[in-house]
Amino acid sequence: MSDASYLSLRKLTLAYGDSVAVPDLDLDIRRGELIALLGPSGCGKTTTMRAIAGLLPVKSGHVRLDGADITRVPANKRAVGLVFQSYALFPHLSVYENVAFGLKLKGMRGAELDAKVQSGLKSVGLSSFANRKPAELSGGQQQRVALARSMVMEPKVLLLDEPLSNLDARLRLEMRTELQRVQKETGVTMIFVTHDQAEALALADRIVVMKSGKIEQIGSPEDIYNRPLSSFVADFVGFENIFPLVEGKLKTSGGLVDLSSQAPSAAGLAWRPRMVTLGTGPFRGTVRGTSFAGDSREYLLDTSMGPIKAEVEASLPAHAMGSDVSFNLPAEKAAPLSRFA
Amino acid sequence: MTIRSLFIPLILFLVITFLIGPFLIIVAASFSAGETLAFPPQGFSLRWIGKVFTVESFRASFGMSLFLAVGGTAAALVLGIPASYALSRYKLPGAEIVRTIVSAPIIVPGIIVGLALLRYIVVPFQVGITPALFLAHTALVLPYAVRVVSASLDNLRSDIEEAAVLLGSSRLGAFFRVVMPNIRGGILSAFILGFVTSFNQVPVSLFLSGPGVRTLPVDMIAYMEIVFDPSVAALSSLLAFLSIGIVFLAERFLGFSRYV
Repeated sequence: MSDASYLSLRKLTLAYGDSVAVPDLDLDIRRGELIALLGPSGCGKTTTMRAIAGLLPVKSGHVRLDGADITRVPANKRAVGLVFQSYALFPHLSVYENVAFGLKLKGMRGAELDAKVQSGLKSVGLSSFANRKPAELSGGQQQRVALARSMVMEPKVLLLDEPLSNLDARLRLEMRTELQRVQKETGVTMIFVTHDQAEALALADRIVVMKSGKIEQIGSPEDIYNRPLSSFVADFVGFENIFPLVEGKLKTSGGLVDLSSQAPSAAGLAWRPRMVTLGTGPFRGTVRGTSFAGDSREYLLDTSMGPIKAEVEASLPAHAMGSDVSFNLPAEKAAPLSRFA
Repeated sequence: MTIRSLFIPLILFLVITFLIGPFLIIVAASFSAGETLAFPPQGFSLRWIGKVFTVESFRASFGMSLFLAVGGTAAALVLGIPASYALSRYKLPGAEIVRTIVSAPIIVPGIIVGLALLRYIVVPFQVGITPALFLAHTALVLPYAVRVVSASLDNLRSDIEEAAVLLGSSRLGAFFRVVMPNIRGGILSAFILGFVTSFNQVPVSLFLSGPGVRTLPVDMIAYMEIVFDPSVAALSSLLAFLSIGIVFLAERFLGFSRYV
């Protein structure tokens, strides 16, 4: 086993009955990495996570973890932890008993068990809540119990399903820090599933963007945010102006603009609204919508290329609704896309 | 006072009169000192309450009813809990049909259930009286067991079972470790409801009772056909207070009404 493929999925095909949710997935995850599976609902990210956990049978392909093929290993023997989106705490057990649940099944008893549970609770700051029932805790506290319950088992991989989505903004930041700290202290390999790009960018070492059961792009948060490779990823991370290139040329009302020197092999180009400049430039459009956003002003332009979204400094002179305005799509700022779908 | 403002109190009065009235009459009659079942009671005595405990057939049929209520309900739960679990957790083909069949004994009149059991099961297969009654009471209680247990299963998230499995438990272990403890209230409620249903059951038991083997309500009817003294009223009162007591305790300690 090489460290680069501590957890590896090989030609993994997952299906619900006859409908294939994930076809032929290949993915390698390093030991100690913090990975985000990012994508819209229905992209197969949760399905993939459930297959890694062993909750969903694999149709074909392999899951290897720490050198062993675990494709057919039942979920209760995998040493994979999962923090559920709903936390899934046992309502009839106290916080202490929840954390002790898995350890007791391992046969741990007495002082050893107590020490382990106490340290688990301490690590998430809930020592004083040991005797409470889950229903008496806030959402954030419940999640930390769920985290402690999984972590005391010392899983080889910890999976988290939408770990921040049920929390309010303040707790979200707190939990994000908490997850990073736990990961750093224990070195556990973490994979979390999310549909929120901000969450993935903030937390992950590497992001795996998925669409329709397939991996669209794998990269660092910077890669994904700045250098999306496909129109889907570009759209997902906020490039709202995305255009196909036809033989290196961008089609406009004034004819084709040759961009082959800037983006020789690109299938398309994408600009964030922030990258569009207004007032000067070779293109023209009509202001169809405008809104003030504090530091900036957002415009929706009707152009021969289709609608264009622009966001410019609020200090610049405003353009009225209906007025004609010239604009530029600076080719050097654009993200070149290798796939346009 | 307008007619409108009298209407609601009138309805309330009628409801209370017809629901509670007969019960009060029976209770009053059971303390009568007279020789026949009559209202208003003649004098006051505890002689009929005392007599209830001396009638040999009442003792035997009470034992039978208790056995059927406890045993039949327990059997219905042993069948009903797994059935409810399967119906609530898996998308099974024909689940609706199973639900309907299981609920049938509630909908079909007891007379018909009794006749059908007698004609098509008890007689052709030569089933003894006690096993036949046991079978019938199990079937009659099953719908309540499935309904009440299903309700508490539906309120329980299924991901706690997956959580238990990922912490090292087997699927079956997860059922006993995290499902059963969380539906305990529902199971106890189903038990009490089933017990009361079975204990008060008349029509089916009427068909299936036989020489020397009767349930208490059937025995009471038989007794009244021969002897018209207030001891039946006394027994009815005792049973009613027993039922009220059980339901009161259940509500007090289990929040019974949440499940029914």
